[in-house]
Amino acid sequence: MPSSGAMVQGWGGTRARALEIRGENLAAITRGAVLTRGLGRSYGDSSLPPAGISTLPGSALADRILSFEADTGILRAEAGLSIGEIQRLFLPRNWTFPVLPGTQFVTLGGAVAADIHGKNHHVAGTIGGHVRSLVLRAADDSIVRCSREQHDDLFRATLGGMGLTGHILEVEVGLQSIPTPWIWAESERITGIDPFLAGLAEAARAWPYTVGWLDALATGASLGRGILMRGRWAQPAEAPAEPPSPKRRLSVPFALPGWLLNSVSMRAFNTLYFHKHPKKPKRGIVHPETFFHPLDAIRHWNLVYGKRGFTQHQCVLPEKERPGSTQRYLESLAAGGLGSFLCVIKDCGEEGEGLLSFPRSGISIAVDLPMRGRTQRIVDELNQRVLEAGGRIYLAKDALSTPEAFRAMEPRLDDFAIVRDRWDPERRLRSAQSVRLLGDPA
Amino acid sequence: MRVVALGATRGMGRALARRMTERGDQLFLLGRDRDDLAQAVRDLEIRAASGRQFGCAHCDLEQPEGFSAALDQAAATLGGFDCVVVTAGLFAAQEELEEDPDRMRTLLEVDFVRTIEFCEQARRRILNSGGGTLCVFSSVAGERGRKPVLLYGAAKAGLTRYLEGLDHKFRGQGLITVCVKPGFVKTGMTAGLAPPPFAGEPDAVARRVLRAIDRGTPVVYAPPAWRWIMLVIRHLPRAVMRRLGF
Repeated sequence: MPSSGAMVQGWGGTRARALEIRGENLAAITRGAVLTRGLGRSYGDSSLPPAGISTLPGSALADRILSFEADTGILRAEAGLSIGEIQRLFLPRNWTFPVLPGTQFVTLGGAVAADIHGKNHHVAGTIGGHVRSLVLRAADDSIVRCSREQHDDLFRATLGGMGLTGHILEVEVGLQSIPTPWIWAESERITGIDPFLAGLAEAARAWPYTVGWLDALATGASLGRGILMRGRWAQPAEAPAEPPSPKRRLSVPFALPGWLLNSVSMRAFNTLYFHKHPKKPKRGIVHPETFFHPLDAIRHWNLVYGKRGFTQHQCVLPEKERPGSTQRYLESLAAGGLGSFLCVIKDCGEEGEGLLSFPRSGISIAVDLPMRGRTQRIVDELNQRVLEAGGRIYLAKDALSTPEAFRAMEPRLDDFAIVRDRWDPERRLRSAQSVRLLGDPA
Repeated sequence: MRVVALGATRGMGRALARRMTERGDQLFLLGRDRDDLAQAVRDLEIRAASGRQFGCAHCDLEQPEGFSAALDQAAATLGGFDCVVVTAGLFAAQEELEEDPDRMRTLLEVDFVRTIEFCEQARRRILNSGGGTLCVFSSVAGERGRKPVLLYGAAKAGLTRYLEGLDHKFRGQGLITVCVKPGFVKTGMTAGLAPPPFAGEPDAVARRVLRAIDRGTPVVYAPPAWRWIMLVIRHLPRAVMRRLGF
């Protein structure tokens, strides 16, 4: 029996009254369930059940590796295996997960459901392109294997389908061969949005991994200042002989008081972060965790936003079709005045196969926004900029978008609904987010 | 180290087997579900990376007649063993046990009588081969008579005393007994219960238990905070325990 106080929450602190049931036998615990939850790193309500559903299965204990081909790198595993665990086991063997998101605490199932992207999106696309097949528990409780050859409609809808097309039980994915498990990284200060966009475009031509950190609170002439980072796997001659050992982690022990984060402290943090970087470019060998997952160094970093939590707004803006979109978005963000520790900018490559997959060619921006009275208004305003630019938002980060704004951004929803009509006409599979944004029955 | 593990297909046993595999220990798995055993062996072999192979055999705590053959097979495959780990056991909520006498009897038998029968066979073999470690997962539920785990706790209390006695009687002859007392750990066993503060993760428990096995620590609480929680609980007056729901 679920205890009355049980809660599940998204990374930003959005909550639902429900109990997560973890179990090694994922096929058993997903029977009849509406949604499976992984490690809960989606920010908003993607991993939360609709109101009135009191339990939901959690996949984190279903983490066995089922097979690995050492000559091709093809890995088949249960959906609860995390990317961090894959990296810990396979980096020393010179294999890497082909797409690394900002946190390594993501399950394979979650990675597929959000069709995650990383710093190499411009060359590697989303994870969906590297997935070979999936085993799902479908809405009618049958177990279905799907791939590009078999039930390809279900396969494509599941890539980026936020877990709404079936409970992901197994994932078969191709790892990427690398020369060493270390990263050669370069970073430099950038002083404005135009040089930033030019710098990203130029870096993308020569580097497999590119990303930028922006000072979202800088205005006027400093608007768009930040640090541009680029990297590649190091060659044996450059790298240490030993594989990198897992980093030690600090932890935020409890929710910090909300007043600690205010426009003054965040401005100070951002200014410090910018000026901490030397004026001249930095280059050298870095630990892969430092390069790919810097925030993982602090466990529960989400608690710095206090009890009220935060949300993230991540969108992709087709800058080529609508030049100036990024600038207008950043101006709206600065005008909102809520600020953000973290504003990440990345130029994305081509769109993937997933029916609802987030990335498309353009500029992706991700900003953390503390939950305050005006946060809803700011998100609405930012969504307006996204709409004007013909862009879209990332469901894995969203907690506050309105269904009207979302539908206006997503002409692809009809195709997604057609596949769901085929596999789940009663909409048994749903989440708090799909009730909010897709109009699923509560 | 050559290790026989009963119950390593899931939960804390799985996490411990993975830790042991990654540092190069030899393992032989015992369990009651043949499919799970085969999958667990495959998982460990891939994690081991070096082409090492792991053996397994069927062994069910409800079927004591199979204990001897299973341990023999483990010894034959490993060429003897230095350590036996028992994480297998049953768990059910107090209300379910109260409502179902058969289930209650099975749980009390498995967690107390059968586990001890298995341990007796294991410790004889360890002593005959000149010494080694017997690491058994009991529970903090055995520390005090508590309402939500009354029956399960009673079986675990008996098991804890047995392990304590083994340590007193045989340590001098080379049998190192490690009694693990997990507090609330988020595994499939506790699925459906709301995790209290200080709930642990299986891998953190595994790290701690492995250190205890290496050092021969007779009693280990995991997560460690439960040592202090139980210290308080053990000293609460009856009048308070009667009122508490804990």
